[in-house]
Amino acid sequence: MAELTSRQGGGRAAVLKPQVYAWVQDYGVYAAVLALLLFNVLFTPHFLDASNFRTQLVQVTPVVIVSLGMALVIGTQGIDLSVGSVMALAAALTVLYLGYGWLPALAVAVLGGAVVGAAGGALVAYVGVQPIVATLALLVGVRGLANVLVPQLVEFRNPGLIALGSSAVAGIPVIVLIAAALTAIVLFVVRRTTFGRQVVAIGGNRPASELSGLPVRRVLLTVYVISGLLAALAGVLATARLQASDPTSLGQFIELSAITAVVVGGTPLTGGRIRVLSTVMGALLMQLLAATLIKHNLPQSWTQMVQAVIILAAVYATRKRGSR
Amino acid sequence: MADDVAPVLEARGISKRFPGVLALDDVSLALRPGQAHALVGENGAGKSTLIKVFTGVYRPDGGELRYRGGPAAFGTPMEAQRAGISTIYQEVNLVPMMSVARNLLLGREPRGRFGVIDAAAMYDEAARVLAGYGVETDVRRPLRALGVGAQQMVALARAVSVDARVVIMDEPTSSLEPREVETLFGVIGRLRDSGIAVLYVSHRLDELYRVCDQVTILRDGRLAHTGPLAGLGRLDLISLMLGRDLNEVRSHGLTSFSRERHAEAARQPGDAGRAPARGPVVEARGLTRRHVLDGVDVSVRPGEVVGLGGLLGAGRTETAKAIVGALPLDGGQVLVAGAPLRAGSTSAAIRAGVSLLPEDRKAEGIIPTLSVRENIALAALPALGRAGVVSEAKIDRVVEIFMRRLRIKAASPHQLVCELSGGNQQKVLLARWLAVRPKVLLLDEPTRGIDVGAKAEVQALIDELAGEGLGVLLISSDLEELVEGADRILVLREGAVVGELAGDEVTEERIMATIAEQADG
Repeated sequence: MAELTSRQGGGRAAVLKPQVYAWVQDYGVYAAVLALLLFNVLFTPHFLDASNFRTQLVQVTPVVIVSLGMALVIGTQGIDLSVGSVMALAAALTVLYLGYGWLPALAVAVLGGAVVGAAGGALVAYVGVQPIVATLALLVGVRGLANVLVPQLVEFRNPGLIALGSSAVAGIPVIVLIAAALTAIVLFVVRRTTFGRQVVAIGGNRPASELSGLPVRRVLLTVYVISGLLAALAGVLATARLQASDPTSLGQFIELSAITAVVVGGTPLTGGRIRVLSTVMGALLMQLLAATLIKHNLPQSWTQMVQAVIILAAVYATRKRGSR
Repeated sequence: MADDVAPVLEARGISKRFPGVLALDDVSLALRPGQAHALVGENGAGKSTLIKVFTGVYRPDGGELRYRGGPAAFGTPMEAQRAGISTIYQEVNLVPMMSVARNLLLGREPRGRFGVIDAAAMYDEAARVLAGYGVETDVRRPLRALGVGAQQMVALARAVSVDARVVIMDEPTSSLEPREVETLFGVIGRLRDSGIAVLYVSHRLDELYRVCDQVTILRDGRLAHTGPLAGLGRLDLISLMLGRDLNEVRSHGLTSFSRERHAEAARQPGDAGRAPARGPVVEARGLTRRHVLDGVDVSVRPGEVVGLGGLLGAGRTETAKAIVGALPLDGGQVLVAGAPLRAGSTSAAIRAGVSLLPEDRKAEGIIPTLSVRENIALAALPALGRAGVVSEAKIDRVVEIFMRRLRIKAASPHQLVCELSGGNQQKVLLARWLAVRPKVLLLDEPTRGIDVGAKAEVQALIDELAGEGLGVLLISSDLEELVEGADRILVLREGAVVGELAGDEVTEERIMATIAEQADG
């Protein structure tokens, strides 16, 4: 009898909770970003300055671009750890081919990223290596390759590339506009294309997708290629902004920031769901949080601990719906 | 036999309830030392649950478990194992990367000074023990280097060598070669001689009759029969398993299949004038896969419902999977409308018009993270758009048509499919397949685990679709459904077609009789 009543009690609590969870999962990131913005408007001097806004956005751009690809990969129940090294490779390739002009150099760099993505994707889709292992190998190896190509920091004076990194249209930095455009494209791919639907279905139930005749392997391969492509683009943009190619340290640990953005955005690591805008919001939230704490003279270590709390909160919110 | 001997392990009126199902309902079973006891039953009969109660994985909700004369309550599988109840599961549950010897003696390694494992002694002992099981190998090699059969022997040797009093074997021969099966039977004989009780779960009747003394039959979580095996005929055993009283078999009319269509379908093959294009729409020849399928031939004509009969593990699901290219084959070919199908490609099969509704709705059917709408549209997506961009309007139209036609009950097309009832989930999957306009539908247990109303609707739909010219391959463990739904029935046993029934021969009696026929030798 006691068991029965306790179960009923649990049932009543469960009537309320899933809705709360669902709300937090769907809109939690937006609410958190809004709350943080509001806090800053009220308590942080000079927060509303245009230059401050611009700095924040420019800083977060590489993470946003990389996390778009990461969201797709995570949607298939995978993970791509190689993105930071791909950024470094892109930086190396850019400066190596800059002699042909900045556009050909960008093309080569992006192609390089796609090739690395294809390698990871082939290992995952056709050989059957676990995504974390396949891309971990690439994380190590590709960073090494980038360092072989360009062993130390190289500054450059190509006006086209420098303009890409520092010019602005109507007060908005070009690289931020590019990130916004990429977000729109990925959003379209996820929501409106056959490919996007197939990505989510494969992440949700791979055997069922196979029996439904989906080109599972091809889709998986493509997802990793896109991730490599986006990471390379982020690498070129970061290089353009730095006005120097730095394959030794560019993009280090960005895979963790990207995964954080995806997770905080409410995309479950178990796959089957991709939330593009929330992922961007996740990246913005982490950036804004760090900026806020720094502006209020709290040390870096504080930022890290608060970020940890937010990651755990996001995972906790995502947890419930997945188990249904 | 020695029925007067006190049982070593006994279940008395055991009940076990899971959310929504009573998995075991007042089940009793007594295992006596020196006896091999067969446990049989169809899918969902409660065999696995009962085994898990015996081995401490589940705790029973009612009844009593007695071991060696006293009440027993095993909290964990480890406790049951320490007490002397060893289990060998279908999948070998050892550590593939560790050496054969370590696997065999895991947790009981001979220790030298300071508690360090004495490797030499361990290897000697392992080699000695395994020789008794017909496994001659370098025991220092990792376990995964061995064949599956040899791995199973290691598992068996391990189970027995932990001073077992009860050994539970769950489908032990499913991946063994005939020679290894003989070795296994030899081992079982030795176990019986040394007073160990064996609980033997298998669907291979020949094996049961060779090694077992007693039999317990479960059906729908209840005890259907228990007693000595020798006095029980094969046909009786099967009818007890399938829940068909031989005398009541002739009373029909509980399913929703119409009799008229079948009468018509039976007439048509000979009626050349009215049906000129009656060649098979799908034809499978000599489907072969080691241990699973042994040269299966199946053909389905347009508008025909072909049933696949047989017990669990006879190769019905595997046949269906092989036809759509979801099961790698060692040999055989599938022709659709006369043209060979590319092997191993589900998408090629679907494009050619052959689709499979899988048996396991949760694992292989629905995409739980997606809505009803997305689940229905999934397979037809390439056709529901242009240049890779989906047309929401087209999807909406298709989804609306099928939600209405199949009467799918959902709050909205955007509701998550995992929130629907089993019957509605099954209808969603049927809709997914109908949306690609197949020529042949392979239905693997289409009405299992769904409520009565949905069951009737699905059965009526099968009839309706066949009436429209769709070829159907129907797999069902529900004999009544099979007999009333199918125009023709192929009976499978151990991966081979052992009989074909058509016209008046399509009766529950004949199916059971065909299953029960003695295999050669």
